[in-house]
Amino acid sequence: MLEIKNLQARVEEKQILNGINLNVNPGEVHAVMGPNGSGKSTLASVLAGRDEYEVTGGEVLYKGENLLDMAPEERARKGLFLAFQYPVEIPGVTNANFLKTALNEIRKANGQQPMDSKEFLQIMKEKMKLVEMDKAMTQRSVNEGFSGGEKKRNEVFQMAMLEPTLAVLDETDSGLDIDALRIVANGVNALRNKDRSFIVITHYQRLLDYIVPDFVHVLYKGRIVKSGTKELALELEAKGYDWIREENNVHI
Amino acid sequence: MNPGYQHKGTEEYIESFERFASAHVRDNSALNTQAIQRFRELGFPTTKNEEWKYTNVFPILNNSFSLPSPSFRLKKEDIQPLLLTGKDSIVLVFENGYLNKELSSMEGIPKGVIIESLAAMHQHERVKMHLGKYAPMKQESFVALNTAFIFDGAFIYLPANTRVEKPVHLLYINDSREHATVVYPRNLIVAEKDASCRVAVTYHTLGNVNPAFTNSVTEVVAGPTTNVELVKIQNENNSTYHISHTEAIQERDSVFNISTITLGGQMVRNNLHIVLNDVNCVAHLYGLYITDGNQLVDNHTLVDHAKPNCESNELYKGVLGGKSQGVFNGKVFVRQDAQKTNAYQSNKNILLSDEATMNTKPQLEIFADDVKCSHGATTGQLDAEALFYLRSRGIGESEAKAFLNIAFAADVIKNISLESLRDRLMPLIERKLKQG
Repeated sequence: MLEIKNLQARVEEKQILNGINLNVNPGEVHAVMGPNGSGKSTLASVLAGRDEYEVTGGEVLYKGENLLDMAPEERARKGLFLAFQYPVEIPGVTNANFLKTALNEIRKANGQQPMDSKEFLQIMKEKMKLVEMDKAMTQRSVNEGFSGGEKKRNEVFQMAMLEPTLAVLDETDSGLDIDALRIVANGVNALRNKDRSFIVITHYQRLLDYIVPDFVHVLYKGRIVKSGTKELALELEAKGYDWIREENNVHI
Repeated sequence: MNPGYQHKGTEEYIESFERFASAHVRDNSALNTQAIQRFRELGFPTTKNEEWKYTNVFPILNNSFSLPSPSFRLKKEDIQPLLLTGKDSIVLVFENGYLNKELSSMEGIPKGVIIESLAAMHQHERVKMHLGKYAPMKQESFVALNTAFIFDGAFIYLPANTRVEKPVHLLYINDSREHATVVYPRNLIVAEKDASCRVAVTYHTLGNVNPAFTNSVTEVVAGPTTNVELVKIQNENNSTYHISHTEAIQERDSVFNISTITLGGQMVRNNLHIVLNDVNCVAHLYGLYITDGNQLVDNHTLVDHAKPNCESNELYKGVLGGKSQGVFNGKVFVRQDAQKTNAYQSNKNILLSDEATMNTKPQLEIFADDVKCSHGATTGQLDAEALFYLRSRGIGESEAKAFLNIAFAADVIKNISLESLRDRLMPLIERKLKQG
């Protein structure tokens, strides 16, 4: 599904990713953890194609194709989805209109007919339940005036509608209280299946109590310095990130 | 001699007035004559005049425009796509400035209400009472010029307690397929106590080759507790010069909403003056301009708070592409007497290219002390983060840009109360935004 090989990237003049290697197979959930500034969000941004980030080395293959050559919309049409850490407010564009356009663009790119309004409304109704979203929110402008929790729920709702094959969740847990966290995690869990993969980026272990990962990776100074199973997350929770720092400062 | 005006070209217009006047002997010729005299004194404004700093009218004078005569050639098919308020409307079609009754739909006018050709009604006592009393022809040369040449337009008269439910559409088509033509549309809307109506005035051209010159004036008298909505849409071709003046006088407890939408034109100047002449009035001013190529669109607004407890709310937005230029000048006067005034003004612009420019100037002059007034102006690019967000969901770059621009424009259009008009206007706006 996704092969990241020795990926290096910088933003402005600052080198942030220093050679990341990661393989994600269909159906797997990978958690990427790390202290602030370790490069977690940069990794998410590079995968989604945000253009302030310059790739300075390495490659990323997605379904066997060079992901880094694709425009952000192309990536999305091939099934990549980024749940934003800070979802953007778009006044004047209703959630429903936005999603319908996105969905039909993706369908068009994949040789499918556009979805008619009736079917779209039906599916929207179904998926809204997943994240316990109020119907009125679909007629509101995208994220405008939404609370932090509503914005994150809206990201998961969009993900449910667009049915990606690879979803990158960039600190989807940040700023959520425990109820909102549970709702968001339930939404994600409902979307897990044998073909769909997730990269869950988080600072805290807390989210991983709800979304149980197959693999956990620790990012530090732009490299994956440790990989393991979900037990690694618990170890990080107990010990904090300091031991990673110490271990690596000794080794590097 | 006023240094802010030029006289080159003025003589031609005066000569053409003399020919025009001898062909049209009418009761209000005193007003026409007075106006041409004033125009002779004023001449055309130059860019030395602060009010015309960014808008050079000299290109208008480089053309010679002919005054059309009332001959009708348009067919139903020609106006079909221009019926922007929908089927169930009262429509007055003005072909080259003259009412074409054949193409107009004047059924369903409530009893006592007059919606007619101004030329046909020129002896009506309310026309005599109001025509030319408000639009400032002493200061504005184009108002003087229009007043001199009044040949037709619409007269809408609503007696006390009348309400026109159907939208009223004044549809102006300038046919410049064969000649470069000049028209002087003139509208007078008088609403007596408790009356209400919604009027769309739209301007179009036929033909793309010859330039056209539209110099229009609309006067609105909104009596006590009236509710009047006016939507002005300019969608003439890109070789048209369009200079218009709208003057509205509001009496106590009246509500006046006006939307000024500019899509076409080589050079467009919209002057809008609103006088809140008594207590408890509300005025909403909305504006939208979408420009590309070498278009110049200049909106000058003036809200004059003369009396206490009134509210004005102004929102003008622009999307400028190509090498086009936009101008916004928003004056708000709050007179000494106008305590408890609420006055808000906002001008927001998106520049789609490096070569597009916008000059914006809010001008608040406040002489009362117990008031709430604010203004704000922004000019910038499309929000890069919003653009990335849309693209990350699979929406292509140009589609995403159009999406954001359409949303930006829709924020103005949503304030028009006529749903049938909104539904027909949005596709025109989308088409224009997708061209850019």
